[in-house]
Amino acid sequence: MKPIIEFKDYSFKYNSQVEPTLRDINLSIYPGEKILIIGPSGSGKSTLANCINGLVPFSYVGESTGELYIGGKEPKDLGIFGLSKMVGTVLQDTDGQFIGLTVAEDVAFVLENDCLEEERMHKRVEEIAKLVDIDKLLHHAPGELSGGQKQRVSMAGVMIDDVDILLFDEPLANLDPATGKHAIELIDSIQKEQNKTILIIEHRLEDALFREVDRIVVVGDGTIVADMTPDELLSKDVLERQGIREPLYVTALKHAGCKIYAKDHPAQIQTMDFGPYKGRVQDWFAHADSPDKKKESDNVLQVEHLDFSYDESRKILQDISFSVQKGEMLSIVGKNGAGKTTLSNLICGFIKPDSGSILLDGEDISPLSIKERGERIGLVMQNPNQMISKAMIYEEVALGLAVRGVPEEEIKERVYETLKICGLYPFRNWPISALSFGQKKRVTIASILVMNPEILILDEPTAGQDYRHYTEIMEFLKRVNQEYGTTIMMITHDMHLMMEYTDRAIVIADGQMIADDTPAKVLTDATISDRAYLKQTSLYDMAKQCGIESPSAFVECFINYERKVR
Amino acid sequence: MAKLLTYKEKGTWMENLCGVTKLIFFLSWTITCMLTYDTRVLAVMFVISLILFKLSKTSWDQVGSVFKVILVFMIINIVAIFVFAPDQGTKIYGTEHILYHWGGRWKVTSEQLFYELNVVLKYFTIVPSVFMFIITTNPSELAASLNRLGISYNIGYALAIALRYIPDVQDDFHKIKNAQEARGIEMSGKAKLADRIKSVAAIIFPLIFTSMDRIDTVSNAMELRGFGKHKKRTWYMGRRLAAGDYVVMIATLVFMIVALVITYYDGNRFYNPFV
Repeated sequence: MKPIIEFKDYSFKYNSQVEPTLRDINLSIYPGEKILIIGPSGSGKSTLANCINGLVPFSYVGESTGELYIGGKEPKDLGIFGLSKMVGTVLQDTDGQFIGLTVAEDVAFVLENDCLEEERMHKRVEEIAKLVDIDKLLHHAPGELSGGQKQRVSMAGVMIDDVDILLFDEPLANLDPATGKHAIELIDSIQKEQNKTILIIEHRLEDALFREVDRIVVVGDGTIVADMTPDELLSKDVLERQGIREPLYVTALKHAGCKIYAKDHPAQIQTMDFGPYKGRVQDWFAHADSPDKKKESDNVLQVEHLDFSYDESRKILQDISFSVQKGEMLSIVGKNGAGKTTLSNLICGFIKPDSGSILLDGEDISPLSIKERGERIGLVMQNPNQMISKAMIYEEVALGLAVRGVPEEEIKERVYETLKICGLYPFRNWPISALSFGQKKRVTIASILVMNPEILILDEPTAGQDYRHYTEIMEFLKRVNQEYGTTIMMITHDMHLMMEYTDRAIVIADGQMIADDTPAKVLTDATISDRAYLKQTSLYDMAKQCGIESPSAFVECFINYERKVR
Repeated sequence: MAKLLTYKEKGTWMENLCGVTKLIFFLSWTITCMLTYDTRVLAVMFVISLILFKLSKTSWDQVGSVFKVILVFMIINIVAIFVFAPDQGTKIYGTEHILYHWGGRWKVTSEQLFYELNVVLKYFTIVPSVFMFIITTNPSELAASLNRLGISYNIGYALAIALRYIPDVQDDFHKIKNAQEARGIEMSGKAKLADRIKSVAAIIFPLIFTSMDRIDTVSNAMELRGFGKHKKRTWYMGRRLAAGDYVVMIATLVFMIVALVITYYDGNRFYNPFV
């Protein structure tokens, strides 16, 4: 069989860069294969994908050497439009790629550009909408859809063209865990029913492996460092070296001192044979330390019977009550649109509750203005671009102090100190535009931290970050938490973050608080995770398969161990 | 929460008209209104505007704050006319009925007041039609209609996408404003005007950067899905002109002609009640 995509000694250099982004790529992908492409940020995996869909070199200009064939033809002969007939790309940002004003228009976009007449277009849109189960939503606007639904619309929009290759750029990035699982299922069923070639770019390996893939291609530093079956890959140490997170159960097995063999099918927890590992795991668990009891401290924040709705008909939040202790690090989790962000908006005073109260250090903060609250509760938004308003790092971090009339000398001192904590001191005179996304994120955290807030609220602090940057940001926050005693609340749907860095999780589903417990308990409780669209951790299944009686205790020991070795 | 200046389906007959029809109405209505200073014509147009506005079921939430801004400009406008040209009315109408003498050249005359009344009427005639046009027109359908009129679909689509992103940019704006306020930048009335102008920059820059991100993503998405491939394209939301459209278009043109004839009948654009 002839490969549908073939790279031969292919290299590519962007015009704007000195070094080539891709070097000596040799890769063949055959029709009907399902390939997972993984690699850390900046490894070149997105560039690799862009070479396939034609954004490179048609939108992002550069020089290439070597050969590349898509469907047996060279991209430069096909042009970006010729390529778009063969390769359908679902971009990472489901909001951004929504072009039409309604679902139907968005799905029809390709057909419109192909000058298909109206009647046939309407018929075709209906057919494809049924296939991905959005036929009831055809006349809805993008804002009315959930994250998962938006992604289905994006899929319909590229599949309508009957392309042979489907390329998914980080399909899981903006989805809550359960919705991500459905997305992977849907991709799998499309591949099986329609016999498409599927390429998935993702760094959440465990979630992407929820359904079988044929091969995993690991990209590191512009080259292909591994190209093998998932089972083989997991029995090697490539992932660790590339800074990609292995599935949790694999990490746990390694902690227990096991060597993993491909023949036991470690790629998927459902099919893996735990027989050979059972004894070791049980032994490890018997000797593992359980976490120390947290010492109690005073409440810094109390939320009491909070209710909120935009209009009479639908309550966004209902009777939310919890308290946060000084120096805690906790997470607020739940499915997309459950009301997590609304809760943080209420705490910061951007919106007013219908009833209920919020106490800070025991004192009702309802009379305080947004600005006054801002001095004590700092909010870091998900996208750093939404906060940065100055050209230089120093100015940006100094902004909050400057507008409060703090004397120049003191500003300087405090800004420098904060920059040092954030590891940005060497860059203090740099323009912000020269920073990477992760560094920008740190600038925004620094600009809040400089005001010395008692509580720091972060909205999705690690969204879109690879494992290395994730660890960097989270370790930094942990240090802030420990050294300054700043209470940290994080809104997230990253289950790893919640497990590894927080001691408590507040779970919100459909506007109600359904749990306030340790992450280990939340993630091993099927009812809670189902309602909140979380995913039970694979450690739970592993514990059960290894014959461990109390999976949540096992998870706690694992977390404790992880934190120590880090 | 209703979004400002955003198309919303309400099931009125106005929505069912073609975008082109509404565009033609909007343009000829505005042109007529700009040309004429005939108070009788303006009064009739004002009444029609109000009736149509009512029929469009536009809610105050959708336009209120924009209307207030326009109102402020209108007040500045009429005050400025009085300050800089207090004898404009006398010049136009040829007579002078002084009601109050302020000293210097600033006399309040009936003619001046009547002239400025006309200016106010113009505002109130045009503004509702702008609102109606934006709120009852589905952007995609407008793009389709423009294209059918022979205008390049690139322009039509650019317009449609701009309208499509109004709500998203508004969302961004609120988010950014809140976050900056929490950092201590005062946006409310408490701050001094100079400070408020400065603090606007704190919203504008992040807003521009986030919008640039959006543009980058959406233009990639459009290109990957074949936008701009052919000289022509078809439209999912395309709509053919129906009987109602022709009725409205003819009525609009007839009205425009009659209005202009009445206006210019006596040789100039003004209706003179003083002689």
